[in-house]
Amino acid sequence: MAHFPIAGLIVFPLLGALVSLALSKRWRTVMSFILITALLLNNVSLLFQFYGQGTFNEAMGNWSAPLGIELRVDGLALIFSLMSALVASVCALYACVYLSATQLKLFWPFFWFLWAALNSIWLSSDLFNLYVGLELLSLAAVGLVALSRDATSLAAALRYLFAALLGSIGYLLGVALLYATYGTLSLPELSQHFSLTLSSAVALGFMCIGLLMKTAVFPMHSWLPPAHGGALTPVSALLSALVIKASFYIVLRLWTELSLEIASASAGMLMGILGSAAILWGGWMALNQTHLKLVIAYSTLAQVGYFMLIFPLLSPVDAHASHLAFQGGVLMLLAHALAKAGMFLAAGNLLFCSGQKDLKSLAGLSRYRPLNIFAFGLAGVSIMGLPPSGGFNGKWLLIQSAMLQSQWVWVAVIIMGSLLSAAYIFRVFSYTYREVEGGDSFKQPAAVLEWTALSLSVLSILLGLASMLVLDLLPISAVVAQ
Amino acid sequence: MSSYLIFAYGGVGLCGIGVFGFILHSHLLRRLIAFNLLGSGTFLILVGLSQSGRGQPDYIPQALVLTGIVVAVAATALALVLIRRWAALTKHATLPEDQGPS
Repeated sequence: MAHFPIAGLIVFPLLGALVSLALSKRWRTVMSFILITALLLNNVSLLFQFYGQGTFNEAMGNWSAPLGIELRVDGLALIFSLMSALVASVCALYACVYLSATQLKLFWPFFWFLWAALNSIWLSSDLFNLYVGLELLSLAAVGLVALSRDATSLAAALRYLFAALLGSIGYLLGVALLYATYGTLSLPELSQHFSLTLSSAVALGFMCIGLLMKTAVFPMHSWLPPAHGGALTPVSALLSALVIKASFYIVLRLWTELSLEIASASAGMLMGILGSAAILWGGWMALNQTHLKLVIAYSTLAQVGYFMLIFPLLSPVDAHASHLAFQGGVLMLLAHALAKAGMFLAAGNLLFCSGQKDLKSLAGLSRYRPLNIFAFGLAGVSIMGLPPSGGFNGKWLLIQSAMLQSQWVWVAVIIMGSLLSAAYIFRVFSYTYREVEGGDSFKQPAAVLEWTALSLSVLSILLGLASMLVLDLLPISAVVAQ
Repeated sequence: MSSYLIFAYGGVGLCGIGVFGFILHSHLLRRLIAFNLLGSGTFLILVGLSQSGRGQPDYIPQALVLTGIVVAVAATALALVLIRRWAALTKHATLPEDQGPS
């Protein structure tokens, strides 16, 4: 059976970005959906190829590294590529109904650049290509934030841009130091020569700070809530579900491939402390917001904290516990992508109904749009971590790993974080059940908008039932083999 | 000290000025210039540090820096568009949190 080349995952979206700039409004949408279909097929084809032969590489244009660009498909990359394809295509469907014609016209080029950048980050195994991917991703994301064109979102976009640029420079500085020390930029080669010295520690420190800034890890998070909360709804969903995952993915790659858990236990501990602070602070802030989208944006902040708990739980001695932590973390990333995108889309519909941003305006909506509230609730189940959702399985694996290693602090943090998230989600619910005095006048969203939101939320629950299918793609060797 | 190291130290100096400017200034254009200094400093470090002690010039960092410059130009252009739009909308050249009580 012939397969799509890996390069399709990057070439198709780049083609979309360039060609859509030249087309008229209607043709941009038509071409985009043709390309989305091609990309979905490409992803499925890669999945089959992966089942057939396992991890594989491709040198683009037959130029091999170091001057050429080498792409690598392994289990982790494949999972993330499938995740972004799924979320991005549903968001695109939502966007083409939700956005006005002028907004949609500008949305497509940015959307395609975003997708190209995401795929190039998932597939690169070279530190410098990762940098180019990161920058392209930031620029596209900033452009999308500025799409709503009012002063507030423009300020959010500028703040986001400066944070993202600082983050990229920090990362690049680290890459420069690593290259000076080891003379290579490819991750597999680096992992063979790597040892923790002063210069490599400084380099990795710069890289991690830069990347964590772009992931909005506490305390470098202040740019995130206005940017994610203020953007147009499909954009918020894309940013929260996919964009922050990209920089985190690079940290995860660095950590596991260079086996940093062996080199330094205190670094992992530090990451865990930052993550715990993010979980508690994000949850608390979400509980105190008056605008619906800000509640969800702060919830993203808290969820990023759970991903950070992977690092202290990767243990050099207990291979089984490490593997559980790695699986749990990846599952949390996936579940968050699906649930948060579904939640933002559902929230966007609710705000569309009432025409206002604050929670009080939700009163009476649970009777008027039960399907939409249901979509919001299902996503909430996964965010809170109730069974049988993907979020539950992820947290469960993390807790198991922590208990195996008797690291009770993280168990306590995970449970407290779940209680906080239950509180802020039920708080939103309680507003929707209030009755309004006098008549209400809600606008009705199109059916597509409600069904797209529901589909993502349902997927986040289904992920809980099909977790093993996904986790089987992960290489056991990623963590355990050393 | 080899001549390459001079470039690296120069890069470190530029980075320092850049960080300083980024923190000190609230004017958006000055911040953008500070970012550009930071970027140029990083490129100098990338080229300078990796050349030292290997005899002949290393072509890979040069290729990387070329790509990096292109990326930096694109980022600067986007920032300029946003800043202009912000200035046109609000008649301010700083972000709200830096403007102080008015």
